[in-house]
Amino acid sequence: MKRCYDRFRLKKFTALVALSVAVFTGSPASSEAQGNTADQLAGKLVITGASTLAPLIAEIGKRFESLHPTVRVNVQSGGSSRGVADARQGLADIGMVSRAMKEDERDLSAFPVARDGVCPILHQENPVQALTDEQIVAIYTGKITNWKGVGGTDAPITVVNKAEGRSTLEVFLQYFKLKNAEIKAQVVIGDNEQGVKTVAGNRNAIGYVSIGTAEYDATHGVFIKLLPVGGVAASTESVRKGAFPLSRPLHIVTRTAPSGLTKAFIEYAQSKAVHDLIREQYFVPLAN
Amino acid sequence: MSRWPIDRFLLWLLRGTATIAGAIVLLIVTFLVMESLPVLQHVGISRFFTDPSWHPTERLYNLTPMLWGTLFAMVGSVLIATPLGILSAVFCRYYAPPAVARPYRKLIELLAGIPSVVYGFWGLVVLVPLIGSIHPPGPSLLAGIIILTIMILPTIALVADASLANVPQQYVRGAAALGLSRWGIIQGVVFPAAKSGLLTGVILETGRAIGETMAILMVCGNVVQTPHSLFDPIRTLTANIALEMAYALGDHRAALFVSGLVLMAMIAALVAAAEWISHGRIYG
Repeated sequence: MKRCYDRFRLKKFTALVALSVAVFTGSPASSEAQGNTADQLAGKLVITGASTLAPLIAEIGKRFESLHPTVRVNVQSGGSSRGVADARQGLADIGMVSRAMKEDERDLSAFPVARDGVCPILHQENPVQALTDEQIVAIYTGKITNWKGVGGTDAPITVVNKAEGRSTLEVFLQYFKLKNAEIKAQVVIGDNEQGVKTVAGNRNAIGYVSIGTAEYDATHGVFIKLLPVGGVAASTESVRKGAFPLSRPLHIVTRTAPSGLTKAFIEYAQSKAVHDLIREQYFVPLAN
Repeated sequence: MSRWPIDRFLLWLLRGTATIAGAIVLLIVTFLVMESLPVLQHVGISRFFTDPSWHPTERLYNLTPMLWGTLFAMVGSVLIATPLGILSAVFCRYYAPPAVARPYRKLIELLAGIPSVVYGFWGLVVLVPLIGSIHPPGPSLLAGIIILTIMILPTIALVADASLANVPQQYVRGAAALGLSRWGIIQGVVFPAAKSGLLTGVILETGRAIGETMAILMVCGNVVQTPHSLFDPIRTLTANIALEMAYALGDHRAALFVSGLVLMAMIAALVAAAEWISHGRIYG
């Protein structure tokens, strides 16, 4: 009796497993069918890379999908290096790179979509109005630890640094020719908003964040001020003109000259139609 | 074996779910080991404890400061939260009038349900500037301990409350009949009887203190260093993973999985220690 019962159940179970396996393996195969004859643009675009760019490209992708209903855009972040590696190996159709292209990346075709600026920020009530590059380096390497040393009040400086691997940190280190191991920070933060809140809550803090975020927060009543770098005022305007030294281009890259769907997407991402999306993400659209 | 099919069905169902629960833990450990294996092989375990600093993009992988950071924050908060939580439960069970005890218990339950990011945000905009005005920079081990204490307090308070409720009424009445004072009953009869439940509470709160990430990330400063005072910023192992995982690649990513492995080892050591202290009778 027991045997019989078990065997019956086992059969039922096996049938269930077989069924679920069929469902799981069957469905993606059918959905991957490509080549809609009615619309030239159909299929799936895989875009991977810089996490700075991922939210923007995802928004552009959504709008692109609504224009071409048979297209699916899949955006994954994982850093600029992943964007380069994936585009090279063909794991992604398009890679996202949040910096200028390097010498050894000439094999890829790169298309700038926007610019991003990084600027030092202080608490609004800090009397210091500007810092030279040397002073910023001295503060970040712990050679100057009191605001008195740069013409401010007698108070210890709270140095706010970014966590390892963030592209803002890379831009900052590259411009000031520093190594992260040389930086003596009191606070290490993750994203831009956390940096803004940390500086706004501490009148002796200095940090650096994306200009788009800083400019938005400063004009919306957050107690921070943006410091000029190299004599150039920190604003999205100076970044757009390419005058601001602490800024970087944001690229999307492909392995070969793009064609078809990839080409259409890149052209769309570079068009004026997405400038509002770029501004929403606090980046700076390129002039035309 | 029972002769009722429904019992046998239930037995197999229970065996199945228990297997799944056990397998999940083993799968997590296997996954952690597999992901961290590449870096463990060509960097070696010892360098995770002997390197001069934690700068994974410059190939320096010292985890010890973060291990200390995690331990100090955990020990500090558990030391404060445990007596507070147990006393809160004692108040609730034996001193508060029912009209107070019920709403009080509901409030503690509510406290347990607040998401950690809310505590973190409060810490970032209120607590950290406050500590900063006393002793700059503000984000510090102290801020972390305070936030963690508030977060784990409801856990120990609720578990302690439940375990006090489980102490048989005869014990309490018997002790009262002997003419013991109320506090005498509590510390001489109730506490020994509720010991295993209280210990479970301590383990649960400690686990929560080790695992907490978001709030700690927001108030601790996240500087990788062994703290020398309560006002020094620290980084915990969990915060390390959360801060850097989104942007890590290759060896850096694998090194973060090693952080996870170390955390797992800490939890395992905690459970083993609790088992040893209670001689295997924690859940009895």
